[in-house]
Amino acid sequence: MNLLDVPKGKSVRIVDFLGGKSVFYKLVQLGVSPGRVVKVLRYAPMGGPLMLDVEGRSVALGRRIAGRIQVEVVK
Amino acid sequence: MRIALIGQPNCGKSTLFNQVAGYKAETGNFSGTTVTFTESKVRVLGDVLGVVDLPGTYSLAGTNPAEREVIKYLTSNAVDVVINVLDASHLSYGLSMTVEMLELGVPVVIALNMMDEADRLGIRVDVEQLKALVGAPVIPMIASKGRGIQPLFVTAYHVGREKKLPHQPIYSTDIERYLSSLIHDLEGVRSYLNPREVAIKLLEGDQEILADVLSQKPEVAEKLATYQKSLKVDRGQSPEWVINSERIGLADKFAKQVIQQGARRITFRDKLDDVLLHPAFGYVFLVLILFGFFQLVYAIGGLIEPPLMGLFDQLEVWLLSLFTDDSGFIPQVTVALIQGISGGVAIVLPYLVPFLVGLGFLEDVGYLPRVAFLMDALMHKLGLHGKSIVPFILGFGCNVPAIMSTRILEDKRERFISAALSTMVPCAARLAVVFGLVAYYLGPVLALGIYLFDLFVIALTAKLLSKLVPDESPGLILEMPVYRVPTLKAVASKAWWRIREFVVEAWPLLIVGSVMLSVLNYFDVSRYLNILVRPLSWLLGLPSQVGVPLIFGVLRKELSLVMLGQALGSMDFAMVLNPVQMITYAVFVVFYVPCLATMIVIKKELGTKMMWQIIGLTTLIATLAGLVARGFAMIIF
Repeated sequence: MNLLDVPKGKSVRIVDFLGGKSVFYKLVQLGVSPGRVVKVLRYAPMGGPLMLDVEGRSVALGRRIAGRIQVEVVK
Repeated sequence: MRIALIGQPNCGKSTLFNQVAGYKAETGNFSGTTVTFTESKVRVLGDVLGVVDLPGTYSLAGTNPAEREVIKYLTSNAVDVVINVLDASHLSYGLSMTVEMLELGVPVVIALNMMDEADRLGIRVDVEQLKALVGAPVIPMIASKGRGIQPLFVTAYHVGREKKLPHQPIYSTDIERYLSSLIHDLEGVRSYLNPREVAIKLLEGDQEILADVLSQKPEVAEKLATYQKSLKVDRGQSPEWVINSERIGLADKFAKQVIQQGARRITFRDKLDDVLLHPAFGYVFLVLILFGFFQLVYAIGGLIEPPLMGLFDQLEVWLLSLFTDDSGFIPQVTVALIQGISGGVAIVLPYLVPFLVGLGFLEDVGYLPRVAFLMDALMHKLGLHGKSIVPFILGFGCNVPAIMSTRILEDKRERFISAALSTMVPCAARLAVVFGLVAYYLGPVLALGIYLFDLFVIALTAKLLSKLVPDESPGLILEMPVYRVPTLKAVASKAWWRIREFVVEAWPLLIVGSVMLSVLNYFDVSRYLNILVRPLSWLLGLPSQVGVPLIFGVLRKELSLVMLGQALGSMDFAMVLNPVQMITYAVFVVFYVPCLATMIVIKKELGTKMMWQIIGLTTLIATLAGLVARGFAMIIF
């Protein structure tokens, strides 16, 4: 399951990122790192980015990146 | 003594700096790089200290030039103490960089900023506990309200004098084992980093440090490879990821020990995004906000410009009256000098100032990233990204701030494409040409047509350029800062910096250019200028006299209309140009070579090579667009 499969308003735990080093670093810097629980706040229309709540901060991610972030349901 | 301020973007570091620095601050570059910092003087306990505002970075990993320069600077002798600014309302975030800061082993004071914000979110921070964990003073403060600044600087002063070092962050036992072996192997190696930090950087695969170490002690390579390999086997992850998660783990551990989360008060601001980023209303608000912004800038500019220009006109008339023969060399050059000065005044004061103040406000409120969020999908259809919309919007006022705003784009490709495209956005000056020529003589519908045609050509060029220069960026990764009411001081000083850059760097060139053109004109080079432009004017079916106004139009776009009358010998354009020529001329003027002020800013922001590329590109597009417009106009008329 990746981040794009998560409906608006749901929280998930980040498991892994399938992609390049530099993007990975950027994500980690913004707190989007494996182990963190994030909530999908909203999707921009027309295939636009999605917005996450990461520890109280909002982070916008393009769908291409979001599709490469593997997540799991929080029990 | 010198104090350096470091912190992540949006932690309030610049607000703090502006509170203490005033307007006497100076910007500089780290030698040989484009990474800039700002320095100012502060008086603490009777001593004058230097305070350096370093670029905001999310980490000190050294993955980009800014981070690398910051690390080098902090570990050099130039800095006595570092103030690490943290956003108390998002502590675990900022602490991951603090952990990196502690690794560097330099004297540090922690400024726990935005205590009011934390309070609003129901967060209590145990200051004493944090102090004990990091082994450095922690000063709670609210920079935007000026609270806690005095104790912060006094503490920093003492820490800097005593050279008090914080605790080293201690990682898991297996990592520590590798580190101590590595430190042993590294004996005798010299670096700007301390031995433990060199070991950490080597373990996480820092290429620059590795190269430096290997040049001194090549045998380390083999041992390092063994450590990295066994670390990978033990943890099942690449070493760099292991070190990174160790840091984040430690930061989270610190945060858990010092934060007490109380009830969160839901405020108006939390609800704001539901409205402003709404899938439908969000766009309505976007249009309204931008429209309001422009109306305001035009209103203010329109109020200031005419009396200001009138003043300069009077000055010009008065100066000319001093000479018996006003067509002589000296009076002509004097007039050009005044025109160069007034050109700067007319661009800078009336429109650029309200524009930059407004822009700074929208930025500091936190709205611009939201615009990027809303427009990302649409911009992707043009092969661009959401953030590129900002220069386009600004371009309608004046291309100069538009080019400056391409700074928000990290990617060089994005910057070039956005800069090139925003020079084709019809600014206020070109509006004057389109209105004065097409709307006035041929009706507003055709003027609107030129506008729509312009937008179409921009979109088409975007599509072509994005095909030519392949996109390597992975897409949007952008933090949406919390909405904040910015302080007047922060907005004013931001605008001041941008205006100062224009005044100091672009304006003098504008004046020189103006004088140079008048000298050419005096020696009657206009005939040759017309011949020079003749191939182009012939191609577009325009009279040969348009050469001079087109060349002078580069100085200021309005001149291409004003001087057209002089060149053709009549201000009644219907007498000297046919409708097809009017449309062709207006379209060509909209697209061709950016004005001198814009070119100078492009050169400064993107380099000389890109400036020439943009000049070439816009000339080509202007010619093609002019031909299309000519063909089209021939069909209607």
